[in-house]
Amino acid sequence: MTDTTSELASTTTARPGRFREFWSSFSENRGAVIGFYVFIAFLLVAIFAPLLAPYDPTQQFREATLQPPVWQDGGTWQFILGTDAVGRDMLSRLIHGARYSFFVGIVVVVLAATGGIILGLVAGFAPKWLDTLIMRLMDIVLAFPSLLLALVLVAILGPSLLNAMIAIAIVLQPHYVRLTRASVMSERSKDYVIASRVAGAGRLRQMFITVLPNCLAPIIVQAALSFSSAILDAAALGFLGMGAQPPTPEWGTMLADAREFVLRAWWVVTLPGIAILITVLAINLMGDGLRDALDPKLKRS
Amino acid sequence: MSLLTIRNLSVSFATSSGQFRAVDGVDVDVNPGEILAIVGESGSGKSVSMLATMGLLPWTATITADQMSFDGRDLRTISAKERRKIVGNELAMIFQEPMSSLNPCFTVGFQIREALRKHTSLSARERHARCVELFEMVGIPDPEKRLKTFPHQMSGGMNQRVMIAMAIACKPRLLIADEPTTALDVTIQAQILDLLTGLQRETGMGLILITHDMGVVAETAERVSVQYAGQKVEDQTVQGLFETPHHPYTSALLSALPERATEKHLPTIPGVVPGQHDRPAGCLFSPRCKFADDTCRQTPPPVQSAALGHARCHYPLTTPEEVSA
Amino acid sequence: MSPVLEANELGRDYEVGGGLFSKPGVVRAVAGTSFTVEAGKTLAVVGESGCGKSTLARMITMIEAPSAGSLRIDGTEVTPERWPELRTDVQIVFQDPYGSLNLRQKVGQILEEPLKINRKELSPADRQAKAREMMRLVGLREEHYDRYPHMFSGGQRQRIAVARALMLEPKLLVLDEPVSALDLSIQSQILNLLNDLQERLNLAYLFISHDLSVVHHVADDILVMYLGRPVEYGSRDAVFNSPRHPYTKALISATPTADPTKRRQRIKLQGELPSPLAVPPGCAFAPRCWKAQDKCRAERPQMTGEAQPAACFFPES
Repeated sequence: MTDTTSELASTTTARPGRFREFWSSFSENRGAVIGFYVFIAFLLVAIFAPLLAPYDPTQQFREATLQPPVWQDGGTWQFILGTDAVGRDMLSRLIHGARYSFFVGIVVVVLAATGGIILGLVAGFAPKWLDTLIMRLMDIVLAFPSLLLALVLVAILGPSLLNAMIAIAIVLQPHYVRLTRASVMSERSKDYVIASRVAGAGRLRQMFITVLPNCLAPIIVQAALSFSSAILDAAALGFLGMGAQPPTPEWGTMLADAREFVLRAWWVVTLPGIAILITVLAINLMGDGLRDALDPKLKRS
Repeated sequence: MSLLTIRNLSVSFATSSGQFRAVDGVDVDVNPGEILAIVGESGSGKSVSMLATMGLLPWTATITADQMSFDGRDLRTISAKERRKIVGNELAMIFQEPMSSLNPCFTVGFQIREALRKHTSLSARERHARCVELFEMVGIPDPEKRLKTFPHQMSGGMNQRVMIAMAIACKPRLLIADEPTTALDVTIQAQILDLLTGLQRETGMGLILITHDMGVVAETAERVSVQYAGQKVEDQTVQGLFETPHHPYTSALLSALPERATEKHLPTIPGVVPGQHDRPAGCLFSPRCKFADDTCRQTPPPVQSAALGHARCHYPLTTPEEVSA
Repeated sequence: MSPVLEANELGRDYEVGGGLFSKPGVVRAVAGTSFTVEAGKTLAVVGESGCGKSTLARMITMIEAPSAGSLRIDGTEVTPERWPELRTDVQIVFQDPYGSLNLRQKVGQILEEPLKINRKELSPADRQAKAREMMRLVGLREEHYDRYPHMFSGGQRQRIAVARALMLEPKLLVLDEPVSALDLSIQSQILNLLNDLQERLNLAYLFISHDLSVVHHVADDILVMYLGRPVEYGSRDAVFNSPRHPYTKALISATPTADPTKRRQRIKLQGELPSPLAVPPGCAFAPRCWKAQDKCRAERPQMTGEAQPAACFFPES
C-alpha cells in the first residue's frame, strides 16, 4: 500500500481553465465576437434607457411632426433621428424599444426553456407511452406554421405584449423539448449515469443533478438562437397589431404605426427595421459562436 | 534501397493554447518485404507520423522533415495530384475502426470497385473479377454474395478484411496498418494478424504495424521502433528488443507486462506521459526514469549507435542483467 | 460462511425488434450461468464481445433483474424489492474512465454523492472526511478534491472511479474491463492498486475482461463464456494449464505473448461469432469448433465435471 501512495499520480497537467478554453474557441469566430459586443451594447442600452434617451418616448412635440434626421435637409440637432407622425423623438423611442425587445427575449426564453427542459427530461426518463404522448403533442405544435399559431393564441388570449410573449413561448417550446430529450437519451446510457444508479440515486436526482448539467450546452445555444427569434416574432406580432399596443415604443409596433408614411418619411420605418435587423443578426452570430465553442458535436469544420 | 525513408520528421499542431508538438525528430526506414512495428502509448505520436507521411493530416498541422521519400520520390515537394497517385495505390493504409472506415451508404463491392476504377485501367468485368479474387485472398467466404452487402450487415472482423482487401487492391508496395486489431476480439485478431503477415509474405510488400500491444509486436514484427511522447526512443530487431532493451522506457514497459510478472505486485512506471504543458527540458522520460540523473533532466540525450538500438538515452542499458535490475 | 456472491442458473432475455407488423425476437443475452465469489477472491469472467459479460454485470449490480435463476449476495436472496438495501454491497468500476465520471462534478462531489444518497445521517463534514480518506487510499492527493475530472489523466480518473465505488464499503466490486482503456504503463499502476485494496479490505472482485494476460495475473477463478452461456469454470491454474473446452483452448492460444522466441502455432478458429439472434441449436461453438460432430450440432452440452466443469461433449483430457 505504501507503494501506491508513493506512486501518487503526481503530475496533474496545468491545462487552461474551462472558461479560458471556452473563450479562446469562441473568439476564433470573429463574427461571434462582434455579435457578442453588439449584444452587450444592446443590453447596456436597454438597462440605461431612461438615462440615455433625450426625451420621454411618449412625449409629443406637436410643432415638429415627421421631422427628418439631422443629416437631412430640415433636420435639427434637437431630434437626432427625427420624429414620427405625432412628433415623438425617434431616438428615444428606439432606445426604449430595446428594453421591450430585451424583456420579450428574456421572458420568452425563460418560459420556453423551463417548460421545454422539464418536459424533455420527463420524456427522456418516462416510460414509452408517456414519452410518445409528449413527443406527439410537440409534433402537433411544430406542425403549425409558428407565427400563425402564435397569432391564433394571441387572438384567443387577447392582444397584449404579455399574451404575445406567452404565445411565442408556447410556439418555441417544442424545440427545447426535442433537444433536451435527445441529449438526455444519449447521456442516460453513459457509464456515469449507471454508476449513480448503482449508488442508489433516485429518478429525480438522476434527472436534475446527474443528467441535466451535462445536457446544458446545446440548450444554451438554442436559448441564444431563440432569443433572436422571440424578438423577431414579437415584432411581427406587434406589426400585425397583436402584440404590444400603441403608444408602447416596441419596434414592431412602431413599424406598424409608420406604415402609411413609408413614401413620405423613410426614417420612421427604416430605423426600427434596422434596429431589429442589427439585434437579431448580432444574437444569431453570437449563437453560432456559442455553438462552436460549447457543442463540439455540432461543429461544422 | 529502403522503400520509405523519413529523417527528422516533426509535426506540430496549432491548438487553442499554443503549438503542440506531436512528433519530434522521428526517423523511419522500411525496406521492401519488411515488417516494422511502431510501438507506443497514447500520445506517443505513432499514428500522427504515419498520417503525415500519407498527407492525411488537417491543415492545422505543420510538418517539417529533412527527408521524406517513398521509393526515391520526395513526398514533401510532390504535388497533390502526384500524391494521390501514390497514396492508395503504392502506399495504402488501414485503420483501427473498420466500421467507420467504410462508407455505410454503399455496398462494400461498390467501394472496392471504385478504388480499382480510380487507380487501374481495368474494365468493369475485370474489376469485378479482381474483387472476387481479392475477397478470396483475404479469406471472405462466398465473395459474390458478400460484395453486395453493406458494411453494417457484417461483423467488425469481416469489415476489417474488406478494408484490407481494398488496401491491397492495387498491389501496394507498402501497407501501413494503424492498430488494425485493437477493436477486434482476440480470436478474430489472430485471424487478421495471420492474414496480414501472410499477404506480406506472398506479395513482398513492406508492412508498418502501428500498435500498443507488445504481444502483437512479439508475434508479428521483425523490427520494432519504440516511440515515447513524440520521439523515437529505440529501434531494434524484435528479438533484441525483448531480450535486451537499451532504453529504460522500453525496459520498464516490458517489465510492466502482467505476463512477465513474477509476483502479484507489478513493476510500474510512475507518473504519466508529459503533455503539452509540462514537457521536461532534458530527456522526455527523465521524470519517470529510475536511472535519471541531473544530466538527463537538463540535456536532451543523444541518439546512440545502431548496436545500442539507436536508443535516445544518456546511459543506455546494455546487458540483460542490467535491464532486469 | 456463505460466499459474497452466489449466482445460480442466472439468465436474462431481451425482446428486440417487434415493430408494428413483426413479432419481437428474443435474445438470450445470458443463460444458465452459475458461479460463486468468496471474500478476498477474484473471479474473472472472460469472453469475446457478445458473450454476455456486460449483461451479467448489470444483473449483479442490480440495474436489471434477471429473467431466470437466482442471485444471492452474502446469503441474502436478491429481489427487486431488496435492491435498495443490498445496493451498497455491490459497486462497479467501468472500462472507460472518460465516460464513467460526471464531468460537471468535482472529485469531492463525485465521491460524496453515494454517501449523500445512502448515509443520510452523516454530516457534510463527516462526508468530506471520508472522501478525503478514500482519496488517500487510492493514491490521489489532497488538492485533487476540488478539481474537475477533465483535469486528470486516464489513470487518475480510474483511481477516482475506484474510490467512488469504495465509498459505500461494498463487499463486492464488479470491475468491467477496468484497465483495457489504459496505457500499459498506467495499467500496472491500477492493477497494483486493485490488488492492494483487495488485500486490505478483503474485497471480492468480479473481474470482467477479454485480456487473458491480465486475467492470468489477477484471477483466482475463471469463468469462460461464449454467446451468453458459460463454457468452462475453474481455478486459474487449471483453466490456463489444462483447458477442457476447445473454446478456452483456442482463446488462450490466440492471445499473443510478448516473447518473440515463442511464436507458437496458433489454433486457428474458423468463422465469426454467430449473431445472438440466431444462435445455433446445439453447442453454440460447434460451427467454429475443430472437434465438432453431429451430436454437437444437434444437442446443447451441459456444464459437467466436478472441479472444472465444462460444457462440451468431447472435453480435452
